[in-house]
Amino acid sequence: MIPFATDEGGFNGPTIGEFFPEAIFFAGTPFEINRIMLVRFLAVAVLLLVFWLGTRRMKVIPTRMQSIVEMGLDFARVNIAEDILGKKDGKRFLPLITTIFFMVLFLNITGPIPFLNIAGTSVIGVPLVLALVAYGAFIYAGVKKSPGNFFRNALFPPGVPPFLYIIVTPIEFISTFVIRPITLTLRLLMNMIVGHLLLVLFFSATQFFFFTADGGFKLFGVGTLVFGFAFTLFEVLIALLQAYIFALLTAVYIQLALAEEH
Amino acid sequence: MFNAVIAAAAEGESANPLLPAVYDIVWSLVIFVVILFFFWKYVLPKMQKLLDDRAEAIEGNIAKADDAQRKAEAALEQYTAQLADARAEAGQIREQARADGHKIIAEHKDQALAEAARVTSNAKAQIEAERQAAVVSLRSEVGTLAIDLASGVIGESLTDDAKSSAIVDRFLADLEASEKAAK
Repeated sequence: MIPFATDEGGFNGPTIGEFFPEAIFFAGTPFEINRIMLVRFLAVAVLLLVFWLGTRRMKVIPTRMQSIVEMGLDFARVNIAEDILGKKDGKRFLPLITTIFFMVLFLNITGPIPFLNIAGTSVIGVPLVLALVAYGAFIYAGVKKSPGNFFRNALFPPGVPPFLYIIVTPIEFISTFVIRPITLTLRLLMNMIVGHLLLVLFFSATQFFFFTADGGFKLFGVGTLVFGFAFTLFEVLIALLQAYIFALLTAVYIQLALAEEH
Repeated sequence: MFNAVIAAAAEGESANPLLPAVYDIVWSLVIFVVILFFFWKYVLPKMQKLLDDRAEAIEGNIAKADDAQRKAEAALEQYTAQLADARAEAGQIREQARADGHKIIAEHKDQALAEAARVTSNAKAQIEAERQAAVVSLRSEVGTLAIDLASGVIGESLTDDAKSSAIVDRFLADLEASEKAAK
């Protein structure tokens, strides 16, 4: 994970191997733990701790800690769940949406944090599991409300001339039941992978320019360092944004499944 | 740049970031379930309770303020009503006093008139009685005097009482007749 701690001389670019570090515990079993898994555990531990401390003794007049936690929970509740789903359905799916939002956020944010330096979501497991959960959730929501209505809206959108269903229905089927979980997974995964690779690239290039390159090339190191710094900040924004997008899309899919017509 | 990465991945390790490892899925699921239950069973119920408490506190305060307002209005209404009552009562008392005054004056006037009438009639009766007494005494005295005078004049004693009184009566009757004629 320290990309520039390699042998002397030459430029060492980031590799995809970064995301498959060596096992630390239980190598070869389904419970194998490597560095990224440990980063995830740490993020989850921090998440549990923050929300436990923030909600341990909640008062009508909040303390500073409680205000911050409340603000976070209110963001998921008001700006995502209730905004998209309305009060009633928003409340039903609030645990799921809150979980998705904060899980993605806390696992994303480890990317720009020094010494962790990798997002817990940059390995496909978390994005995939969450995408499948979101997939299951919107199908469950639609089927529970009215199976006929759900599949008719999803596959035979109203207002389309019947003969066009030959084209429309397969497209709708693929876009709703195949593409959605894939895009959810890949959007998050690729953002995190590319973010990490970019940071590694900037900082290893800085290392190379400063300590290996000759003469004038050393100046390039300043540029790459500045970019690395800027992109670190950018990654913080991306971490927040991707968490918001994931939770928001989950809510939107559930809303579409619940809608009478769309 | 990315091509180089892919190339490095292809030649170096067989790892494909799109193929999930079993342990990756396992731990992701574990993490998800832990967080889900934590929010579902612990954080969100607490948050819901807090929101309910807060709403209740706000509603309670509003209700309290409403109550105070209602009480103040009721008190004001009561005072106004009392004031109006007091005014009406004062007016009534004044009216009553005026009426009583009138009555008392009228009564006194009546009494005074009656008293005056009584005094007047008494006086009249007394005058009449005195006049009668005078008439009676005058009649007997005048009769005696006249007869004495007459007997003296004519020298004849009119000792016969029957005769004399007949003469006197006739005289008086004549006198009265003459008086009436004079009237």
